[in-house]
Amino acid sequence: MTKPAEISVTAPISDNLPKEKFNELSKFIDQMETTDGALIETLHKAQNLFGYLPRDVQLYIARKLGIPGAEVFGVVSFYSYFTTKPRGKHTISVCMGTACFVRGADAIVEYFKEKLSVESNEITEDGLFTLKDVRCIGACGLAPVVMVDDKVYGRVKVEDIDGIINTYSEMKVGKNENKNN
Amino acid sequence: MARTRTNILICGGTGCIASDSEKVQKNLELIVKARGYGDEVKVIKTGCFGFCEQGPIVKIEPDDVFYVRVGPKDAREIVDEHIVKGRIVDRLLYREPEKGKIDKQENIPFYKKQLRIALRNCGLINPEDIYEYIALGGYEALGKALTQMSRDEVIDEIKKSGLRGRGGGGFPTGVKWEITKKQVSDKKFIICNADEGDPGAFMDRSILEGDPHNVLEAMAIGAYAIGANKGIIYIRAEYPLAISRLNTAIKQARELGLLGTGIFGSDFNFDIQIKYGAGAFVCGEETALINSCEGKRGEPNYRPPYPAEEGFWGYPTNVNNVETFANIAPIIIKGSQWFSSIGTEKSKGTKVFALAGKINNVGLVEVPMGTTLREIIFDIGGGIQGGKKFKAVQTGGPSGGVLIEEQLDTPIDYESLTEKGSMMGSGGMIVMDENDNMVKIAKFYLEFTMDESCGRCTPCRIGTKRMYELLCKITDKKGTLNDIDALKQLGSMVKGSSLCGLGQTAPNPIISTMKYFWEEYLGFIQDNEHLSEEGKYKYGH
Amino acid sequence: MKIKTIEELKKIREEHYEKVNLREEGDSITDKIEVMIGMATCGISSGARETLNAFVDEIQKEKLNHVKVVPVGCIGYCHSEPTVQVNKPGEKPVLYGNVKPDKVHSIIEKHIKGGEPIKDLVLEMNFERA
Repeated sequence: MTKPAEISVTAPISDNLPKEKFNELSKFIDQMETTDGALIETLHKAQNLFGYLPRDVQLYIARKLGIPGAEVFGVVSFYSYFTTKPRGKHTISVCMGTACFVRGADAIVEYFKEKLSVESNEITEDGLFTLKDVRCIGACGLAPVVMVDDKVYGRVKVEDIDGIINTYSEMKVGKNENKNN
Repeated sequence: MARTRTNILICGGTGCIASDSEKVQKNLELIVKARGYGDEVKVIKTGCFGFCEQGPIVKIEPDDVFYVRVGPKDAREIVDEHIVKGRIVDRLLYREPEKGKIDKQENIPFYKKQLRIALRNCGLINPEDIYEYIALGGYEALGKALTQMSRDEVIDEIKKSGLRGRGGGGFPTGVKWEITKKQVSDKKFIICNADEGDPGAFMDRSILEGDPHNVLEAMAIGAYAIGANKGIIYIRAEYPLAISRLNTAIKQARELGLLGTGIFGSDFNFDIQIKYGAGAFVCGEETALINSCEGKRGEPNYRPPYPAEEGFWGYPTNVNNVETFANIAPIIIKGSQWFSSIGTEKSKGTKVFALAGKINNVGLVEVPMGTTLREIIFDIGGGIQGGKKFKAVQTGGPSGGVLIEEQLDTPIDYESLTEKGSMMGSGGMIVMDENDNMVKIAKFYLEFTMDESCGRCTPCRIGTKRMYELLCKITDKKGTLNDIDALKQLGSMVKGSSLCGLGQTAPNPIISTMKYFWEEYLGFIQDNEHLSEEGKYKYGH
Repeated sequence: MKIKTIEELKKIREEHYEKVNLREEGDSITDKIEVMIGMATCGISSGARETLNAFVDEIQKEKLNHVKVVPVGCIGYCHSEPTVQVNKPGEKPVLYGNVKPDKVHSIIEKHIKGGEPIKDLVLEMNFERA
C-alpha cells in the first residue's frame, strides 16, 4: 500500500496546471461547513478535477486546509485510489478479485503488461493507456473482467486483449472517435 | 391515471448494466409507448436479482415470467409477443442444462432454498423511487419504533432476534447497540460500513444499489435506539452506482421528512452523510474506518477503547455492516420471534453469499443459516462449471480458509465455519475445481493482504511480505522443506501478534490450504532428498 | 410534503401500491447498426477473433461510423460458429452462421449498406432455440 516518495522537493513548480481548476477546488473547499476531517473528500474532488494529485495540488490543499503538506501526502500515499501520476488517455483496469483470479485474471494482467510494456499503475510511452489492477469491481458474474475507462469487458480471454487494446489505439488514429466500437 | 396491467421489471444492478440492461430498458419503454400501451404497462428498473451470470434479467409481472440474457434487440420481441399477443418468448427463458426451459422465477433452481430477508426488495422495486419502497411497507418499521416503542424495547427486540454482525465478526448487534446506548454523551454517531473489501463479495453493493432505503431506515432505527442524531455511510469510491442511488435515496427521504427533524412527529432528529473510502481494505476494520471518516490515514487503533466508547471524533459510535442493517426493519415489523425461528441455535436468520468462481450460476444467494455448503454449491449454484470435479470452496475471503469435499454437508453458521478452519466473513464464496492449485490460491490471498497491510504494526507489515516471498519461492520451485516450515512458523506468529483483524487472519489461507492440501505444497519442492522427512514438517506436528 | 404520522405513511403506501412511477422517456431508439459477434470459447476457437477484426477493419476503412461491432457471449449456435448477428433499427435481427473473415465484406456491402440480408448464410432463429 505504501508507495515510494514521488515528490521531489527541489523540482520547479510546474505551471501546466490550469488556474480555473484551482479556483474550482478553492470554491469547493470554501463552501464546506467545516474542513475538519474533510481531507479525503477534498482529495477526491481534486483528483476528479485534475485527474491526479501532483505535488502542487497537494500543497495547495494543505495550505487551504491549514494542515502540513506531509499530512496530505501521508493520506494520498495511503489510499490506492489516489494517484500522483497523470493518467493515460484510457485507463485499463484488470479486475484481480478472487472470482476473476480463479477464472484466469492473472494471465490477463500479465498479457496486458507484456503488450503495453508497462507495469501496473504505469502509463504507456505514448500516453494512451494506464494499466491498473483493481480489487473487484463487483461484476463477478462476468469474470474475468477488464474495464477500459467505464466500459466493462466480461469473460475476457487473453486472445481478446489485442482486440481491446486495438479498439482504443485505433480511436486515436481514427478521425471520428467512436467509443462504441 | 389508468391502472397498470403489467409491469416489466428490468435489473439495474452493476452486473446487468455491464451487460447493457440500460439500453434494454430504454428500448422496452420506447416500444411499449409506440405500441400504445404506455398507460397500461410500466417498465421499472429494479435492483439486482442476484442472478448476474444470466443478466440482463427481465421479469414480467403479474405473469411471473422470467427472461434471461435479454439483449437490447430482444425488447421488441418481448413487447410484441408477450405484452401484445400474450405469448411467451421461448428463446429467452432460463434454460436449465438438460431439463429444458423454465419460465417462472420460483421454478428456477437458483432461487430454490433461498429465503430473502436482506435482499427482500432487490429486484422488485425501483431503487430510485422512495414511493415504491413505501409501497412495500418501507419506513413502517421506523414509524413503529418511533411512535410505539421505547429505545430499550427496540434494543431488546434486536437482542432477542439473535441478529449478529454480517460483516464477518458475528458480534451480536443488539448487544453492540446496548453498549453504545449506555454511554453518556451529548453526541453519538451511527456508521454504516459499506467499505466492502473482500475481493469476491458484492452483496453490500447489491443491497445499496437495489434497496438503499432499506439501509437508511435501519440506520435511523439504530440511531434512535442508541441516541445518535447523525449517521455516516462509509462507502467505497469504487461503487459509483451505489453512491448515486444512496444520494438519491437520502434526498427523497429528507423531502418526505423521514430524515431530518421531528421524524414521525417525535422529537427524534436524524440525518445521514456519505463519506467515501479511497481503496484500503483495512478500512473495513472499525477503528480504521473511523480514522478514515475523520479524513486521516485509515490505520486501526488499539482496542479498547472500543468505538462504542470512543469512536468518531471521540464520541460513542456504533458501526454496523450494510447487510446487518438490511435485516433490522423486518425484525421490527415481524418481531424477534419470527427472525429467531430461522437459522441454527447460535446463528439466526439468513446470510447472503456471493457465489463465484468455477460454478455454473454465479450470483448472489441468500439462505437460512444452517443450509449446507452442498446445497448452496450444487443445488443453488448448479454445480461446477464444465462438469469438473469440485475441489474446495473458500469462504471468508482473504481472512478465511478453504473447505473441502468432506465438509460440504456442514450446516453453515458462524461457529461451524470457524471450527472447520474457515470463517463466515462477509460472505464471499469462491468455488475451486480440480484444475486450481491451492498453493497459488494461498499466494493470491497473501499478495492481497500484503498489499493491503497498512504498515502500522510490524508483524503484519513485515510478516505478510515475508510469507508472500516464501510462497513465491515455493511456487517458483526453488523452495525447500525448510521454507514450508518457516512459512508455518511465520503464520502463527503473524496471527498471534498483529494489531488488527487484517494481520490476525492474514495467514488463514496458508494454514488451511496446508492442512488440506499439504501434498500440493510438497509438489513444488524439488529437494527430493529431504522428502523422507516429510512427517517432521507436516502440518500439526 | 413531510410524513408526520404512521397513518400518513400508510396512506402513501396505499396510493402507490398499484401505481408505478412513469419513467423518463428516451428521445429515440439509437440509429446505430449493430454487428454482434459470438465471442465465447467455441466462437473464438472457430475464428471469431479474425471475423471481428475483419469487421473492425472494414468498417474503419469504409468509415461506417454508425456501425458498431459488439463482441457478445455465446448466443447458443456453437455448431455454426462463428456467428454474427446484424441488428438494424426497425428490422428483425438477422443471424448469420459460419461467418469466416471472407464473408465479412459481402455482409457489409449487401446487408449493412444495401439492406439485403444474405439468405445463404442466415440461420433460423427459432430452429436453434427450439
